[in-house]
Amino acid sequence: MTAASASGNVIRKYLPVYFVLLGIFLVEVFLAFQNIPIVTLVLIFLALALCSAALGLMYFMHLATERRSLFLSLIPVTIFVLLMMNVIWSDSYRLLRMRPFQP
Amino acid sequence: MSESEVAIHAQTALHGPNDLMEGSPYAIPSRKLTVWLFIISDAVTFGAFLFSYGYLRAATPNWTHPFESASVVNVIIMTFVLITSSLTMLGAVDASIAADKPKAMRFLYSTMALGSLFAGLHIREWFQLFAKGITLNSGLFGQTFFTITGLHLLHVISGVIALLVVATKYSRGSLTPSHVETTGLYWHFVDLVWMFVVPLVYLTNIAR
Repeated sequence: MTAASASGNVIRKYLPVYFVLLGIFLVEVFLAFQNIPIVTLVLIFLALALCSAALGLMYFMHLATERRSLFLSLIPVTIFVLLMMNVIWSDSYRLLRMRPFQP
Repeated sequence: MSESEVAIHAQTALHGPNDLMEGSPYAIPSRKLTVWLFIISDAVTFGAFLFSYGYLRAATPNWTHPFESASVVNVIIMTFVLITSSLTMLGAVDASIAADKPKAMRFLYSTMALGSLFAGLHIREWFQLFAKGITLNSGLFGQTFFTITGLHLLHVISGVIALLVVATKYSRGSLTPSHVETTGLYWHFVDLVWMFVVPLVYLTNIAR
């Protein structure tokens, strides 16, 4: 089998992921028209969006088949960035009350 | 040919001769690692915007619900277009790694066309909101909606431009399949962000 002919299989390989992503989206549209309290609805949407993102990361972005070292090196970076963001959360509470900064 | 020479030839075919001296921490191609780090930082940017939107949305009792069924249909088409563009991008990456340049170019042009269609539908949606009097200056909904979707649209347009540049240079032979692959990572990321934007920004604001 030549390299060129092997390239045609990738669409077929990822079609199930594609249909699952579309399915999740259609479930979200269906839920949006139901009488569900907004907080519950947002939590359901977040959970479904996280599932979609996980599928996209693992299969479309090939994180599932990447070197383990790439996966492992991204985890501490993500934690570091989130911790850095944590520094500015306190500012968001201050701005909420529109108080000037007082050292 | 020794095993190490075979490995060098394979590396040259994928990344180009100039990248043989590229330092690769943890044996990961530096270009790919850089794009992943960019994706993480960009994801945090979107996360902060969506977090602030959610906070305002939950704290505001009289929130605007402007999206009628026509808008929902438009969003369904937009989502279908964007997810399909991820599939064509996968085809482009795979064909480029398999050294099938014509096929890779067809997939790249398809991805660009779908990205442009998405941007066009997005702008049409914006103009429909303008017609209803909802703009960037019309309260919290307008500010958060146009900021978040505008940032995403900026990413889509940037992605289409990046794809155009990479496709042109790849067809001339000055870029390698690894460039197509890293551009693909960015494109998939833009698709994933949309998976969060649609339910949180559009589907929670449907007119009843």
